[in-house]
Amino acid sequence: MNIKDQASTVAEKEDSMWKQKEMINENYELLSTANERGQKVASTFVPGNINELLMCFDFARNFPETNALQNAMRKKSGGMIMEAEKSGHSEDVCTYVKADLGMMMKGNKGPTGLPMPDPDLLMLSYTGCFTFMKWFELVREQYPQCETAMLHVPYQADGNITKNMRDYVVKQLKEDIIPTMERVSGVKFDIDRLREYMIQSQKAEDDLVYVLQSAKNKPSPIDAYFGGVYYIGPIFTAFRGTTAATDYYATLRKEIEARVAAGLGPITPEGVMKEEKYRIVVEGPPNWTHFREFWKMFYDEGAVVVASTYTKVGGVYDNGFRHDPQNPLESLADYCLGCYTNLNLPARTDMLEKYIEDYQADGLLINSIKSCNSFSAGQLLMLREVEQRTGKPAAFIETDLVDPRYFSPANVKNRLESYFQMISQKRDRAA
Amino acid sequence: MECYIGIDLGSTTTKAVVMDEDYNVLGRGITNSRSNYDIAAGVAKHEALIDTRFMLFRNAMKNVAALGDKYEIFMDELERNFRLEQYLEQLIDLDETCTKASENTRYTEWGSDLTEALAGVFKRVALEAPDLFAPGAQRKSDFFRDIAGSQYSTISEEVAKEADTPFDVLLNIYDRSIIDVENRIYTETTNQNLMRALDRTLVNLPDLAPVADEVRTEVQKVLGIDLEETYVIGTGYGRARLPFSKDHIRSEILCHGLGAHIMYNDTRTVLDIGGQDTKAIQVDKDGIVESFQMNDRCAAGCGRYLGYIADEMNVGLHELGPIAMESTRKVRINSTCTVFAGAELRDRLSLGENRSDILAGLHRAIILRAMSILSRSGGVHDQFTFTGGVANNEAAVSALRELIKENYGDVTINIDPDSIYTGALGGSTFARRAVEGIPTEAVA
Repeated sequence: MNIKDQASTVAEKEDSMWKQKEMINENYELLSTANERGQKVASTFVPGNINELLMCFDFARNFPETNALQNAMRKKSGGMIMEAEKSGHSEDVCTYVKADLGMMMKGNKGPTGLPMPDPDLLMLSYTGCFTFMKWFELVREQYPQCETAMLHVPYQADGNITKNMRDYVVKQLKEDIIPTMERVSGVKFDIDRLREYMIQSQKAEDDLVYVLQSAKNKPSPIDAYFGGVYYIGPIFTAFRGTTAATDYYATLRKEIEARVAAGLGPITPEGVMKEEKYRIVVEGPPNWTHFREFWKMFYDEGAVVVASTYTKVGGVYDNGFRHDPQNPLESLADYCLGCYTNLNLPARTDMLEKYIEDYQADGLLINSIKSCNSFSAGQLLMLREVEQRTGKPAAFIETDLVDPRYFSPANVKNRLESYFQMISQKRDRAA
Repeated sequence: MECYIGIDLGSTTTKAVVMDEDYNVLGRGITNSRSNYDIAAGVAKHEALIDTRFMLFRNAMKNVAALGDKYEIFMDELERNFRLEQYLEQLIDLDETCTKASENTRYTEWGSDLTEALAGVFKRVALEAPDLFAPGAQRKSDFFRDIAGSQYSTISEEVAKEADTPFDVLLNIYDRSIIDVENRIYTETTNQNLMRALDRTLVNLPDLAPVADEVRTEVQKVLGIDLEETYVIGTGYGRARLPFSKDHIRSEILCHGLGAHIMYNDTRTVLDIGGQDTKAIQVDKDGIVESFQMNDRCAAGCGRYLGYIADEMNVGLHELGPIAMESTRKVRINSTCTVFAGAELRDRLSLGENRSDILAGLHRAIILRAMSILSRSGGVHDQFTFTGGVANNEAAVSALRELIKENYGDVTINIDPDSIYTGALGGSTFARRAVEGIPTEAVA
């Protein structure tokens, strides 16, 4: 995640933040020289990414959604989206897609200004988002020489993972994905190498879960949405399975442990949050174009997000799932099957209800994304259901991922303030 | 006396309500929001305090037994004369501001002709003023900008022809000056205006000569009452601009929910269609907000849409409803986009559709959009209260009644004639409650 923009005003720059910044910059540098160095490049998406497996074939890993959001945080996505629209993409198309295609059209310079490489493999792990498939179809048109691999992950329509589903994914890995990766990279698959990476993944996952669950403390030492998107950065992208990620999470965990011991609230761009007035669970991705402004609307009111579903898109770990070195391919299958985007509405609703109870939250807020069908479908239904089950007030706001035109600060602020005041009104009466 | 004030800064109008310590509404004030929320809040509050003063007059005059059956006539005359005095005062200010503006070097080529023309315009505008406030006179608006603007425009067009001064120069001077005039609050002179209005009233109603002294004494007594601004709560889009601390600000969702509950105790669902937003709010038996939904990102189907339509058709906003009510057949309109409103209208007209049928279709389209927001908020529960400026529009109300019945069956629908003040009413109630709960913060 990008901390560059924040660094200038962040009151406390913790080691983990610097570490993450370095990791991200290094990866962009790596990507920029990959073609000339002869390193193969794989593009893949965050949900269901099989990063450890890509690492087994020495692929450099490129994540188009992350590029889009990084560009948005650097105020570059607006122009890219318009460029894509000029070439015929509708206003309703996912803005991650348009930002990515627009970036290519405008000279394919990445968020840090370095050139982005031509991919050698488009690794589509299909975990519930149909747009991802169309996205890579469009990217493939730009790179006709590039191979595409598709891992079809069955949707958890009944809310659980069956043996058949797992076997189906493992079969594809063995018969299609791994042979394709071998062919493109020229590297022979070594399952022990995969096991080694998974040992690292496990450690990092344990620490990540500690960090996310630290929000059960009062006050919460973290913001599990605005802070959370930084915490998930390495593990959701090119770094899961690396020692760099393991180190990052060990450092982060120590920092959070210290905050818990000191009884401190979360760090915001304007320093430590003083009073925790509202504990909120958030569903849906954040807005990236006005990330700081959006966050400010929360911490100015004393609202802290204690749990969020967005921090589960690249893997749900707080239910106990870990990558398993003993069963590497099966655990990759379970990982993909268990991604938040692959869950059905009842499972997502259960998860939200559980978060409200476990994290002693005051209510649920849904940030519905205009151009994200995958997340947005059914959200109102979920809201009503969670409201009914928990008796806690819920609210609905609408923004967009990376299109700056769809963030209306006055509207969002108005609704958020109304929501917080609504919580406080209900609380006063209960008292 | 203690006054608890709620101010609702809307996108189109700013409203204020003054309440006493027993939660009785004493006065209401409204003004156009201009581009200056501070001023709009100040003006609305000032107007609500004047209205409060009139409420006190009315109570006091009831004690003047000698007034007898002249009471209503007297109060009506007094109020109209007061509005006239207020209007004349602002007119003098506008005259001086325009004269000053005319001295700008860009107008030198018109020389003394321009000065004379301006003087001529203002003389005639002032002369016509009493007619505007005569008994039974209809004004299209109560805001100075609208009344004076319309007078100035008509008269200066005639004067321009006679005096050989370009009309656009006169209009230009007005445009430059009205903003300054509109952004001044005339709090200091209220009592003088009231006394002048009283003099005028007593002259106009010679029958009252025998009780004149008694009336004068009562008026003086009321003027002596100090209206203390005990606690002020601000709400609405411009609330952040209010010079109050956070404790004095509530969201309009909470204020509208509570305001509707105060007006109709059994309200469970509130629909508010304002200038640029539509709110659907569910409240419990105590007026506490359970959930809410608002229009997102775009003001399609809000009050402003009707404003554009009125402009396109060159009729007053308040004339739209009655025209639509003449409709005899349904025209289906799908677009509630404010920007497309004009195109939609012209397109329909060119197809030979009847004007009132089109307007009825447009009103229905707005309400259809509100119905969607209502259903997203959790549906319509008995009783249902409709508030906001659009609640004054009979065609909108008629479409709403029809659609509510169609979708939710028999539901009691409440519409208060003062529903535009719902948010401010909720605000003033919060102000009163705040003092009951937090006595140390009693002074705003």
